[in-house]
Amino acid sequence: MQKTMDVFRRRKLTYTLVFLAFLAIFAGASIVAEFHPIDGIVSFPAALQWIAVNLIPDAEAMERLPKILSELMETALLSVAVTVVAAILAFFFSLLGANITKVNGFIKRIVRIVAAFFRNVPDVVWAMLLMFSFGQNVLTGFFALFFTTFGLLTRAFIETMDEVSSHCVEALDATGANFIQKVFQGILPSSLPGITTWVLYMIETNIRSSTLIGILTATGIGYLFDLYYKRLDFASASLVVLSIVVLVLVIETVSNRIRKVIL
Amino acid sequence: MALLSFQNVSKTYNGVTKALQDVTFSIEEGEFVSIIGPSGAGKSTLLRCINRLVDASQGTIFFDGKNVTSSKKNELRDIRTKTAMIFQHYNLVDRLSVVENVLHGRLGQKSTLSGAAGHYTEAEKQEAFRIIQEMGLEEQAYKRCDELSGGQKQRVGIARAIMQHPKLILCDEPIASLDPKSSKVIMDHLKTINQTKNITCLVNLHQVDVAMKYSKRIIGVTAGKIVYDGPTDGLTKDKIHEIYQSSDHDLITDVEECV
Ligand SMILES: Nc1ncnc2c1ncn2[C@@H]1O[C@H](COP(=O)(O)OP(=O)(O)OP(=O)(O)O)[C@@H](O)[C@H]1O
Ligand SMILES: [Mg+2]
Repeated sequence: MQKTMDVFRRRKLTYTLVFLAFLAIFAGASIVAEFHPIDGIVSFPAALQWIAVNLIPDAEAMERLPKILSELMETALLSVAVTVVAAILAFFFSLLGANITKVNGFIKRIVRIVAAFFRNVPDVVWAMLLMFSFGQNVLTGFFALFFTTFGLLTRAFIETMDEVSSHCVEALDATGANFIQKVFQGILPSSLPGITTWVLYMIETNIRSSTLIGILTATGIGYLFDLYYKRLDFASASLVVLSIVVLVLVIETVSNRIRKVIL
Repeated sequence: MALLSFQNVSKTYNGVTKALQDVTFSIEEGEFVSIIGPSGAGKSTLLRCINRLVDASQGTIFFDGKNVTSSKKNELRDIRTKTAMIFQHYNLVDRLSVVENVLHGRLGQKSTLSGAAGHYTEAEKQEAFRIIQEMGLEEQAYKRCDELSGGQKQRVGIARAIMQHPKLILCDEPIASLDPKSSKVIMDHLKTINQTKNITCLVNLHQVDVAMKYSKRIIGVTAGKIVYDGPTDGLTKDKIHEIYQSSDHDLITDVEECV
């Protein structure tokens, strides 16, 4: 009896300590970064007011809608293309990094390190680096998104594969199936739901990121936003933002549908 | 010559866990042998050494006249096609249909491409449906495996094994997750395969009574060593207690007498 009480008391104590630790970290970080939570909250109403006055798209902004939509389309298609290409390559790459399919431990580790490197450099940083070789070009954006997507998907696919298919891969091994047969008859069908979910999620993420990268590389919807913003045409700029939000919502709805059909 | 023989086989995991120690036995074609022993005794390891899902650390295993332990890629593939395996957790590709899972039994004997693409001959498909019927699964043939009950899944597992045309079927606790009725169906199917198709069966079991009912020969494993290998008739209560390293009234099999 004494022992069970101890377990519960210790658990409560752990939660309390973790909560206090978070609070301390937040307070410490706020002081170091000179971020004043109170000031932030106080200035909120004023910010809202400014938004209401300046960021409502007006008639003039609506005239730019066709142009905005065409740029948005281009950005969306680029994101889809990047994600699909990265996903196909990441699938084969992750086969070398998954425990159930690895060639050997050394290659597995290399694969994981490479994937970690690609995904831990933010796409914006990739864009800035790549600008040196490609200049302000759509290719820069493509590769910047590609690198992070590839790194992230490789990591996600490795985990999906190991989690989902180790049992059936063992069985296929026992039938004498070879590597490629195991991949297409065992791993791919079992991890398809996980893979689809990740790919759809990355398409959404990449549409958001490509806006930001577009500002840097002067391409796509990001460029348009930057243009209007620098002209202080806030109404048009906010129309750009709104259309991105709508697009992401639409994509989210579509991908939920797709997920339901596939799962 | 024996269909399967172990000669002084040992297996050590990670250089510390001795799962098998100096195991020697052989099995003739057509036998139905059960392996019993406590959890962690090394029963699964023993079975997995035969199709090299686990590599033995020492000793030699012969199957059908071939040295398993030293076999190279293609020989191993050949050995695996002749030794089918049935698992406690069925190990099906849950998102594929019953018939696709059954046809997986052919993968080891197909070309890489047609296997990967799931391209099977008309004859293979007809055979798959015949086996599915034998297993009483004709209504489920096109269902996805995650819609099946445990007993049905295990029958798919058996069908996949038969589809391989194996000489030996390795069963790693085939009924450990099933209710008594489904367990009987599964064990009866294994018995039938053994008798009508002359496929040798090597079955890991936790249920001593089931092992004694279905097999004429029993191998008892304790802490990686064979402590009993002989006819079911010779398996006395004392022997059972020796295998499970237990004393009187400690085992579920002792319960009958208590009441
Ligand atoms: N992959 C592995 N890595 C390390 N140790 C392992 C591995 N597989 C099994 N072992 C160890 O080897 C020993 C034998 O395990 P094994 O699975 O063969 O026993 P078992 O008789 O099948 O047990 P159970 O009846 O519980 O299935 C155990 O001590 C186990 O912990
Ligand atoms: Mg086991």
